[in-house]
Amino acid sequence: MIYLDNSATTKPHPSVIKSFEQSASEYFANPSSIHAFGGTAEKLLQQARQQIADLIGVKPTEIVFTSGGTEANNTAIKGIALKHQSRGRHIITTSVEHPSVREACQALEELGFEVTYLPVDHNGVVSADLVQEAIRKETILISVMHVNNETGAIQPVEEIREIVKQHPKIFFHVDDVQGFGKVPLNLSKEGIDLAAVSGHKIHGLKGTGLLYVREGTTLFPLLHGGSQEHAKRAGTENVPGVVSLAKAVRLVTEMRGNHLKDLYEIHEFLYESLKQMPEIKINTPEHSAPHIINISTPWAKPEVLVHVLDERGIYISTKSACSSKEGEASPVLLACGHDTRRAQSSVRISLTYETTKEEVRMFLKALQEALNQLKKVMK
Amino acid sequence: MKYNHIMVRYSEIALKGGNRKMFILKLQDNIRDRLKSFPGIKVQRTQGRLFIFLNGHDPEPIMNKCQTIFGIHSMSPAVKLESNLETIKQTALEALVSASEVETFKVVVKRIDKTFPHRSQEMNQILGGYLLKQTEGYTVDVHRPDLEIRVEIRNEATYMTSYVVQGAKGLPAGTSGKSLLLLSGGIDSPVAGYLAMKRGVQLEAIHFHSPPFTSDRAKQKVFDLADVLSEYGTKVKIHVVPFTKIQQTIFREMPENYAMTIMRRIMLRISEQVCRNQDILSMITGESLGQVASQTMHSMNTINEVTNYPILRPLVAMDKHDIIEISRTIGTYDISIRPYEDCCTVFVPKSPKTRPRRDKTLQFESQYDFSSLIDEAVEGIETVIRTGRDSNTDEFTDLF
Repeated sequence: MIYLDNSATTKPHPSVIKSFEQSASEYFANPSSIHAFGGTAEKLLQQARQQIADLIGVKPTEIVFTSGGTEANNTAIKGIALKHQSRGRHIITTSVEHPSVREACQALEELGFEVTYLPVDHNGVVSADLVQEAIRKETILISVMHVNNETGAIQPVEEIREIVKQHPKIFFHVDDVQGFGKVPLNLSKEGIDLAAVSGHKIHGLKGTGLLYVREGTTLFPLLHGGSQEHAKRAGTENVPGVVSLAKAVRLVTEMRGNHLKDLYEIHEFLYESLKQMPEIKINTPEHSAPHIINISTPWAKPEVLVHVLDERGIYISTKSACSSKEGEASPVLLACGHDTRRAQSSVRISLTYETTKEEVRMFLKALQEALNQLKKVMK
Repeated sequence: MKYNHIMVRYSEIALKGGNRKMFILKLQDNIRDRLKSFPGIKVQRTQGRLFIFLNGHDPEPIMNKCQTIFGIHSMSPAVKLESNLETIKQTALEALVSASEVETFKVVVKRIDKTFPHRSQEMNQILGGYLLKQTEGYTVDVHRPDLEIRVEIRNEATYMTSYVVQGAKGLPAGTSGKSLLLLSGGIDSPVAGYLAMKRGVQLEAIHFHSPPFTSDRAKQKVFDLADVLSEYGTKVKIHVVPFTKIQQTIFREMPENYAMTIMRRIMLRISEQVCRNQDILSMITGESLGQVASQTMHSMNTINEVTNYPILRPLVAMDKHDIIEISRTIGTYDISIRPYEDCCTVFVPKSPKTRPRRDKTLQFESQYDFSSLIDEAVEGIETVIRTGRDSNTDEFTDLF
């Protein structure tokens, strides 16, 4: 099997699963229970929180554990909007956000909020100047992803951070689900108030994730109940999930330290090789995240190509996996100014630190063969 | 600009007389200890400064690590170069053009090496003129420059720095000897410990534990607080005193409104014994005048009667609000507010005496002999050493 769909999900690291299993079976007490067994579970939770905080350079109290990226994004966007609507009801985001940001913003429009969806350039990158121009007196939130999940384009969050610093009343949320562990983002410096991270994108488990909430940022919780997660997300803590996330964050931080250069090299090799294929159009900009390449095939039905590769045990994906059942054009590629056909026919190859050059070579060979084979039968 | 050193300026130590060297050696030790995890780092002393040789490491994370070391006034990433005019000019030019978002600059030259042929003032003009000639678009601003290029021509070499990071000030940990901190788990006592450390105190701590009235979580809280404090100095030894029997006896045998006063007196008696056993010369409490019944003038007078060891009270004249500010800054606040009972909150009399009297207290105490209970408590002390956050992980190591 050659797995090149790492932006959809990654293979959980065996030691992450082991951590989960061990803490689920040995420390199953509710951390809120006051007996000593509950105390041990609570201590375990505290240490996991502390480890993650240390690794990403923030305070333990600034971390809210969630069930993943979708919940983290929803908590950030709806949480800020509902809490701070008395100061204004205007939100700025981009036209290339992940559905968990886009749909959350659209849902708020139904409640009377106004949302500006900024256009992007041909590379899928929003300009910080446009963000600056879109700011009004009523703006309370800016939400811009760090790395685009379909194309791998990197958004200028550092520049936007500087802009937001000039507006003390505006919160800045960054969807860092695809960037985390691959493209560094310093959360300890001021300017970013919220950031979403997902466990299963970094060899952790599904159902784990976190929202970074900068000290002093208040939000209206999605889930009310107990006072867990500093009263920002009620519900008995998923201790084994959090412990497994702490392990995944540590491992991905180590991998980034040791293998980021290798990942960039493999990415470049794949990019240059795809450039040599006349049938293929590359939708990923030259300067992008090191793990995603999006290409358009000559045919309107990219899933055929996915299935041909499937049969050879090579896994890639069409658009973002969350919505791969819809046979429509990618809004992200349309926003980049590509025509409908190109936007309908895209597939995504996504790598991880464990991807080898050999696997990429085999994929390229299979792709070329598939193209030759399909050329005869498809238009 | 590739920095290869960090220049460390120390504040108050410079004013010391004959003992100055002791202070500087201690600071050098503390910096070395803090930077253990960075291979190849060297800490060197020169006249009036310390230099950290970076051995290829980035200056930022190292300065961050040193940010909590008392005795450091400020730090600057520095380039060490030969003391010759051409090299100095070239490096200054490199520093200017490599800095981002700079329109105005200023040159400040200090000539410690009097054999260097150009005087400080003259050097300012030479360098400033050279930089203006070699570049375009920069102007000199001596009041609020975007970039201040500082050149120190010292006897052994010349150092160039361009920005200053403030240090923690104070005196190096350990230069004022040891003191025993009465650490409860509340907001105040860790702040008192921190302020004492800032004056060079090396901490040991004592904590009164009353199971089952206080839980293991309350004990863990104190360990976590000690971990945070140890980041500002060295490891913290905690003496955990089994206090249940004494507390129960006090509340059974003594009048309710004097129980709190008598409990505090016994705490001090036990603390003094620990001091004697550990060769410690003073105690630290988080008392703040008037904050609660045990911290009124009358209470202090009556409680303090049992010991003639100095009790340092760094918070005595501070408002709660300011204490909370410090605890937030140093990172103890979030731990302190964990809602577990400690020995001071678990047996709270309905109306503790705010004006206890020495004579009355003595009279009540004489009705019961606490001495064997006190000896028993001291015998039963459990001593734990906390070295920072890594002191925790043994139990769950495999999981992370």
